[in-house]
Amino acid sequence: MSGLIFNLFIFVLASFVGFELISKVPPTLHTPLMSGANAISGITIIGAVIIAGQIDQQVAQIIGFAAIVFATINVVGGFMVTDRMLEMFKKKEDNDG
Amino acid sequence: MGNFLPPSIQSILPNIIQLCYLIATGVFIFGIKRLGSPATARSGNQLAALGMLIGLVVTLFDQQIMSFEYIIGGIVVGSAIGVFAAKKVEMTAMPEMVAIFNGFGGGASALVAWGEFVRISDPTLLGTQDLITIGLSILIGSITFTGSFIAFGKLKGFISGNPITFPGHNIFNALLTVGTLVLVGLLTVNPANQLVFWLLFGIALLLGILTVIPIGGADMPVVISLLNSYSGIAAAMAGFVINNNLLIISGALVGAAGLILTNIMCKAMNRTLTNVLFGAFGGSDSSDSGPASDTDKTVRETTPDDVALQCTYANKVIIVPGYGLAVAQAQHVLKEVADKLEEEGVEVKYGIHPVAGRMPGHMNVLLAEADVPYDQLYDREQINPEFSSTDVVLIIGANDVVNPVAKTEPGSPIYGMPVMNVDDADRTIIFKRSLNPGFAGIDNPLFYAESNQMFFGDAKDSLQALSQSLKDVK
Repeated sequence: MSGLIFNLFIFVLASFVGFELISKVPPTLHTPLMSGANAISGITIIGAVIIAGQIDQQVAQIIGFAAIVFATINVVGGFMVTDRMLEMFKKKEDNDG
Repeated sequence: MGNFLPPSIQSILPNIIQLCYLIATGVFIFGIKRLGSPATARSGNQLAALGMLIGLVVTLFDQQIMSFEYIIGGIVVGSAIGVFAAKKVEMTAMPEMVAIFNGFGGGASALVAWGEFVRISDPTLLGTQDLITIGLSILIGSITFTGSFIAFGKLKGFISGNPITFPGHNIFNALLTVGTLVLVGLLTVNPANQLVFWLLFGIALLLGILTVIPIGGADMPVVISLLNSYSGIAAAMAGFVINNNLLIISGALVGAAGLILTNIMCKAMNRTLTNVLFGAFGGSDSSDSGPASDTDKTVRETTPDDVALQCTYANKVIIVPGYGLAVAQAQHVLKEVADKLEEEGVEVKYGIHPVAGRMPGHMNVLLAEADVPYDQLYDREQINPEFSSTDVVLIIGANDVVNPVAKTEPGSPIYGMPVMNVDDADRTIIFKRSLNPGFAGIDNPLFYAESNQMFFGDAKDSLQALSQSLKDVK
């Protein structure tokens, strides 16, 4: 079980980093934070690419293809819409000019 | 792609890939850190996107990848849909958008686990730990997938915003949950049994539907945050399946972010997570029609001219917006009114309750869209001490978040919910379509308070009238 345990270590430590990083985010940014974090969860695209790119099993490739489509929607749409939101956040000084 | 490189590079390629994953991880963490302040948030998001690009590109050099047609096809199709959706979406529809993206992320993670399971032609070759992680990844990914679609449907109005339950719903869900865990166990014992695999997949998908459908529309901010967390955990699970640290770390970061937001939302409503998930409380919060429930108390109705006059002579005005403002698409007119007041030398601030919109921070985005600078936006804790020194509070499309019974009546369902102390101000003016109570169905004594005036009508029409009156006052 050593592989699984090692991975669990990484998972738990990364969760603590996540709590530390995010607990101080002001409420103003909660929506962009959520949609940005959501886009990051599309990292599963890497797994999808590995499944779709192998040539042992065509059924797996097709499943991988579907996974890539889903993950790409999440990643591309998520980062873009977050950028669109954050572009609107302005300070007062910028606004008066 | 790795196969086209010279053999000397090929031999160290796995290490190079892992090093690039390490860099991508660092970029992610740095990006999320920068997302924490309005001044740096945009670059933080762009950094996170860069981290994703690094991770994706180096993966293409992985020696397991031998063909590219499915990869390119999938990325082209997914990007087209993603770009279209991101450009088209209205800011008021942001919660639905995030919900559905969440669903796609969770679905992708479940598919990765399924693909891995299918790829190994003889499942008995898979070790116990591989099978556990495949099972859990399919479980969490599928729940996220269908749960997010139900949340999407509720927010969009395809599915009733009221809690939908049947007798024994919670017990049935609990049995299903235990059932899926048993099935994960069975899968590790007998991976060749196709029935176990499909039962697990099917029940997990069903469980996603059944856990979200009993939750009322007004509790959606909590649900979206929680599903956001699930989508991260699902990605981390997929990372366990394919043994990839980048997935595990990024998934854990997202999982933590979602949990923090879930916790903040629950606190803002003074509810526990169990109560939100199993309480079947609260219908749709947009049902603001029908006759007033109480007729023997006096209500002071006001006119646009009167409000304009009061505001112009005020030193300080605080605006408390609620979801009714967003429904009426009135944020731009509101900004116009605020600008006119500022020209008259009135200090204008916005007080925003955490559950003012349909998802955490939603109202801030809507106001940002209307060019309201973020340094004029204050959260509940920051603004509450200021009400006592405020002349006029304009409450627009908000109700429960300003209801004083949350502080005074221990018997009330919303007792203990942190509210805005608008009753400390000299004068409150409530913009509302009727005296109808909000989603919690609780009468608001503020409507009848001596210091309060009601401005009846659709938020947008009322604000337009006010804007016109402000012009005439000059």
